[in-house]
Amino acid sequence: MYEKIFKKYSPEKENLIYILHDIQDSDPQNYVSEDAVQKVSEFLRIPISHIYGVLTFYTMYSTKPRGKNVIRLCESPPCFLKGSEKILIQLCEMLNVKVGETTEDGLFTVELCACLGICGNAPAMMINEDVYGDLTDEKLIKIINDIKRRA
Amino acid sequence: MKFYRSHVLIAIDDNSLKAGVKKIESLLRAKLEENKLSEEINVLETGGLGYFGTGVSMTVYPEQITYANLKEEDINDIVEEHFLKGRVVSRLVLNSTITKKYNFNYKNRVVLENSGIIDPENIEEYIGVGGYEAWEKVLTQMKPSEVVDEVKASGLRGRGGAGFPAGVKWSFTAPIEAKQKYVVVNADEGEPGTFKDRLIMEGDPHKLLEGIMIAAYAVGATKSYIYIRGEYKLCIHRLEVAIKQANEYGILGKNIFSSGFDHEIEIKIGAGAYVCGEETALIESMEGNRGTPRYKPPFPGVEGAWHKPTVVNNVETIANVPAIIKNGADWYNTIGVEGCRGTKVYTMMGDLKLPGLCETEMGTSLRTIIDEYGGGMKDGKQFKAALVGGAAGVFLPNEMLDVKMDFNSLKEYSAVLGSGAILVMNEDVDIVDILWSIIRFFRHESCGKCNPCSNGNTVLYKLIDKIRKGKGKEADLDMMIKVSEVMNKTSFCALGQSPYMPIKSAIDNFRDDFLKRMK
Repeated sequence: MYEKIFKKYSPEKENLIYILHDIQDSDPQNYVSEDAVQKVSEFLRIPISHIYGVLTFYTMYSTKPRGKNVIRLCESPPCFLKGSEKILIQLCEMLNVKVGETTEDGLFTVELCACLGICGNAPAMMINEDVYGDLTDEKLIKIINDIKRRA
Repeated sequence: MKFYRSHVLIAIDDNSLKAGVKKIESLLRAKLEENKLSEEINVLETGGLGYFGTGVSMTVYPEQITYANLKEEDINDIVEEHFLKGRVVSRLVLNSTITKKYNFNYKNRVVLENSGIIDPENIEEYIGVGGYEAWEKVLTQMKPSEVVDEVKASGLRGRGGAGFPAGVKWSFTAPIEAKQKYVVVNADEGEPGTFKDRLIMEGDPHKLLEGIMIAAYAVGATKSYIYIRGEYKLCIHRLEVAIKQANEYGILGKNIFSSGFDHEIEIKIGAGAYVCGEETALIESMEGNRGTPRYKPPFPGVEGAWHKPTVVNNVETIANVPAIIKNGADWYNTIGVEGCRGTKVYTMMGDLKLPGLCETEMGTSLRTIIDEYGGGMKDGKQFKAALVGGAAGVFLPNEMLDVKMDFNSLKEYSAVLGSGAILVMNEDVDIVDILWSIIRFFRHESCGKCNPCSNGNTVLYKLIDKIRKGKGKEADLDMMIKVSEVMNKTSFCALGQSPYMPIKSAIDNFRDDFLKRMK
């Protein structure tokens, strides 16, 4: 199942970060599995330890299965100043999870992240590839409910 | 060429996409078609206009009327009233006091001169406003050493934070004899509160490409990389389009303009790590490793990516280069102040009426930036502090509002210009909370390579968390300064050296906020 991804790249270490991005994006549970690491290691001829070193270093990767929608709420000072803490509390209450956990239905995972570069619209978050800014309690409820309805 | 009566520029950025700009744009096009106006009125996409919280916005030229917060139902009125009858729909016009200021602001722009005016996904528009003239001048009339000298003479300083002179940096790499050299553009914009590079890349990607090519020619690099953070999807897309177009037009590629010079530009995408903004960590990440910094020297200019000489510059620095070459170092020396030439792009946020970005001359006072470009304080509140330079920046109190914003003047106040982020706080903000958030950030982002940074940030976090919870003592404040000072002197890279600035300035200027928590 990874051959399609491997075909896009030459087997050089510099492509590791892209290959991991692609594998994670194509996984229904938004993570890089042990099996995938094994295959990447064989393809690039680099040790598994190196791949785990990279995977756990960067915040965009996960080695644990995640929900279909990964929510990344910014906790940097500009968003913090604009009330991101309150948003986080509400988000966790709404979904009944703690930071880093996935909802029982497998729909959402809540994560915190550093500055997303949209501080003009703080507080902000990303859900998968979409950016949401100027968050309020009402807005948050609507965003989450919209995704639930579509699922 | 076709002539149009009016041009409508629609701002496409993350903000407006979220507000449904694409649907509104197609509605507008359909409506113009329906009224047989599509031959008279040209609809174009452009980058963000530089202000936020205005949803879908568009500017109509030549009248230069900006409509904001547009909804689908407004399009009918605009077409029928404005385009058919020539009457401006005043209820939709963006507050004129705001737009006036931004028009004034455009005159002083160097880096963002085209942002919000041209279509960033069309190379011909960039060429139409004089783009790639500098590149042509360099290739046909200048020797590489002359390009380095010109940039040196311009006094351009790096805009990534440290302010190192760009021409001097290039002059280290240019004379080295090597089979392969690289130019790397640092677009891993991760400093909290900073999004200037995003707006440059979204609004005028060809300007960045032109700057890269000039830098590459100057130092003799045949390959360049743009290392961009994974979250910046729209930037990545626009740069990919721009590179493709430049290749098609023969501006990039083999034997450019028959000069014998070859060049290739590749985009590298990051995976989320603040420390990768440090140039050697960025290079490690490019090579497919954990992004931990390398020992310096050798500096990247001598031994960088794949151990080849590599010039690493920030996006904003490189985006200044085309204008310097086109207009000359003497022209650049008329902008800004002695020792700090040119303009600076600032991102303003927090308790301001108009959060967003502005580009203004080096040496403009903080007060001017906050009052004129940021629109002043929101909700009639009093100013309390500004955190200038991002998380690694300095808290400036009211008494320092008149400080001139340039590398040298800020240094006199033990402050830094950093990335140009300005976070404004009103009287209700408790500095303890903000400092807590800053230290939490550093603790999370420390890469773990060196002891002072990884352990130091944990110690600092425990101290500030204790103070925040009301269990601190006054001695803890001295301890925080002491620990961060040691980190500043002993850490491997700038990340561990950074917490000292916000901690020292917060405690020195706002000690009362801390003492209040100790009662």
